[in-house]
Amino acid sequence: MTIAPLNRRSLLAAGGSLVAVGASTLLVPARAEGLVPTRSMPGGSNNYRPGAPIVERIGGGGFWMTGTVRRAGDGSPLAGQRIQIWAHTTEGYEPDPKSHGATLTDSNGAFRLEMPQIIPAFGQAHGHLAYDSGEFQTVFLRPVMSSAKNTSLEAHFVLQPV
Amino acid sequence: MKLARVALIWSALAAGVVVPIIAAATSPLLAWRDPVYIAAGFAGIVALGLLLVQPLLMSGYLPELSTHRGRYIHRWIGTLLVVAVVTHVGALWSTSPPDVIDALIFASPTPFSDWGVIAMWAIFATALLAAFRRQLRLRPQRWRIVHTVLAVVIVVGSVVHAILIEGTMETMSKVALCALVIAATLKVIADLRVRAKRSTSR
Repeated sequence: MTIAPLNRRSLLAAGGSLVAVGASTLLVPARAEGLVPTRSMPGGSNNYRPGAPIVERIGGGGFWMTGTVRRAGDGSPLAGQRIQIWAHTTEGYEPDPKSHGATLTDSNGAFRLEMPQIIPAFGQAHGHLAYDSGEFQTVFLRPVMSSAKNTSLEAHFVLQPV
Repeated sequence: MKLARVALIWSALAAGVVVPIIAAATSPLLAWRDPVYIAAGFAGIVALGLLLVQPLLMSGYLPELSTHRGRYIHRWIGTLLVVAVVTHVGALWSTSPPDVIDALIFASPTPFSDWGVIAMWAIFATALLAAFRRQLRLRPQRWRIVHTVLAVVIVVGSVVHAILIEGTMETMSKVALCALVIAATLKVIADLRVRAKRSTSR
């Protein structure tokens, strides 16, 4: 029987595989059981206007905000949930009423709303989304675009029943 | 020959401050901002430019400028810096109050806000100390140390703040100006230390 010598190569190989195993656990989708509710992001509620109307699209469109809404715990999709969306766009500032709109999730818990192109404001190209309808706990999201040239942005909600 | 050197140095300094402003004036983002928001951005860019002028005024490298006159202008530019920062923050406040409140209480989602707010307080502190230096009986040597520490905080805070922001500043001119500000600050701090040591050992 030979004992594998503990040299730099074997250490590197062992270390590398450990890192790979660690990284792969991050890639596995979260289990449905025990799905934790999404927490509001810092600054998420800035310039929020409660009760934005459900609209076909915000302004002239050209940019897509998409996402999903699921229930905390079992992860089941939530249909008919109202998601409010606003941002600084080519057509208006965050506080402007015309920059705000809402949409409902479909039977798969997915939503998509067309809106004007989001542009960097206050140093970052970002959007705002809110779930604030009472049945579940309120959540405010503030996703940041990886590039200001992107023409879509997504955000996902896992909601906790009140 | 001497005149050419004088002109070159002064125009290089002017270019260092003015080129980033001109570059920012061509930003496509300006099309979607109202005058108040635009003013907020440019007040910040001007303040960054003034940070390049400030150490050089104290350095003795600027030709045809006596130490005495350099100090005198340094004080006025310091006042202008306070005005620029107040304009920057005030105009941002009127554009989106909750974002500025978040920044001021260090609860902003954007890390660059914290750096900017730290630099802002360091600028205010410097201005107050400079104004009440005599009443506070601040000895020159102590004042020099306090001012140097605050200057480093101002420069580091402002540079990180500017670099992390995706705004109207054009990237190349922004990085160049930031590099010049850091270089000028370090050089002048080093020079003044040597000068101070020499004067105390005498």
